[in-house]
Amino acid sequence: MSSTIGKNGNQFIHWFKFSSPATFYPLAGKLIPFFWALAIIFGIAGLWISFFVAPVDAVQGQGYRIIFIHVPASWMSMFIYIVMAVWAGLGLVFNTRLSAMMAQALAPTGALMAFISLWTGAFWGKPMWGAWWVWDARLTSELILLFLYLGFMALQASIDDPRRADKAGAILALVGVVNVPIIYFSVKWWNTLHQGASISVDKAPSMAHTMLLGMLLMALCLWMYSIAVALMRVRAIILERESHADWVRSLEGVK
Amino acid sequence: MSALLAVIRRDLLLVMRRKSEVLTILFFFVIVTSLFPLGIGADTALLRKIAPGVIWVTALLSTMLGLQRLFASDFADGTLEQMALSPTPLTLLVGGKIAAHWLVCGLPLVLLAPVIGLQFDLDASTLGTFILALLIGTPILSLIGAIGAALTLGVRGGGVLLSLLVLPLYIPVLIFGAGAVYAQSVGLDVGGHFSVLAALLVLALFFAPWATTAAVRIAIE
Repeated sequence: MSSTIGKNGNQFIHWFKFSSPATFYPLAGKLIPFFWALAIIFGIAGLWISFFVAPVDAVQGQGYRIIFIHVPASWMSMFIYIVMAVWAGLGLVFNTRLSAMMAQALAPTGALMAFISLWTGAFWGKPMWGAWWVWDARLTSELILLFLYLGFMALQASIDDPRRADKAGAILALVGVVNVPIIYFSVKWWNTLHQGASISVDKAPSMAHTMLLGMLLMALCLWMYSIAVALMRVRAIILERESHADWVRSLEGVK
Repeated sequence: MSALLAVIRRDLLLVMRRKSEVLTILFFFVIVTSLFPLGIGADTALLRKIAPGVIWVTALLSTMLGLQRLFASDFADGTLEQMALSPTPLTLLVGGKIAAHWLVCGLPLVLLAPVIGLQFDLDASTLGTFILALLIGTPILSLIGAIGAALTLGVRGGGVLLSLLVLPLYIPVLIFGAGAVYAQSVGLDVGGHFSVLAALLVLALFFAPWATTAAVRIAIE
């Protein structure tokens, strides 16, 4: 890795080296197995704790265990949107190709997370509230988030020129990011059926520690999974967009 | 400032020369709101209850119909490029176009709403709240919609795509706009709803022209 050290002897790795698709492509290829392994490890540990170690909830019984996938998926759906908007914004400001590709690669995973969150929420709501769907603020906001992801993907898909698609998508992502704080604060704004957040920064969690641990492990699992899948997708996008470049043609798998 | 007024005047003049486009949108608003009682039944208690939601949703859709003609013809004949090249800041000109859009597609809805409201058996105080809510809310619709209109300029299937982009962003306006009217009709305090609506308007006034300008520049580059 000596080539990654700056020429004038400073100790920092030259990060911008990897902002070029040509150098990022092999790096992503090396990182993908690593993130997959982490996702599987966290996943096994998280599922084991959430199904075998965590105690049965006093009120909700066994059915509460769906939160171990529901809550991390909701977190990830919001987090991925912010990350996507940051990448899109970077691409817009610095005009870097790779940033926009990252934003494009993240969108389907984010939409998937929003969908899982809504789907598992419906499964949880049926036994707990007696309804598959209630028009509660958080559910509604999550649905809007899914629409925002779909709008972003539809806009990108319908513009033929990739540069214009990137920029237009970036503006849409930045406009939509206003929605993410609305999701977070919606619980405080509208006092409705949905129970308030059990985990907060300023007070101790109101749930058993093993439950919290299981949830955090599952969140890490989904996080690592998202990174792995996004890297795989960004590699495919790089190949597609840079197919005219010499370095792509000289790749082993492409020849 | 004179450039802003000139753009507004020009867009209004264009609308006056081809009235049918705008009148179609207004008739759409009237027809769709009139369809609901026919579909649901003439139970006045029920109509009073659904009136805020129905009228607001129809207002959302009518505003959206008008968005497609906000930039499209100027984009097609190159006027938008000339605007971008002019020494006047493009944001100001875009702001003028948005203002003209509101005067043409938003303000008539505000004026028509009381008539529609009478169809739904709303009382005078509720109608007053309705007009005020629409007066604050419809500019937000024009401002947010302009971003979507600029993003979908010259894009395949622009009209349908526009609705997918813009409608989710309209939801807060719908919630608080209809919420204010509903609160008034059942005798609750409406101050909170109007505060949020006004906050959304300030936010949209500040950011939307700027984002729209960026989107227009992307479309014409």
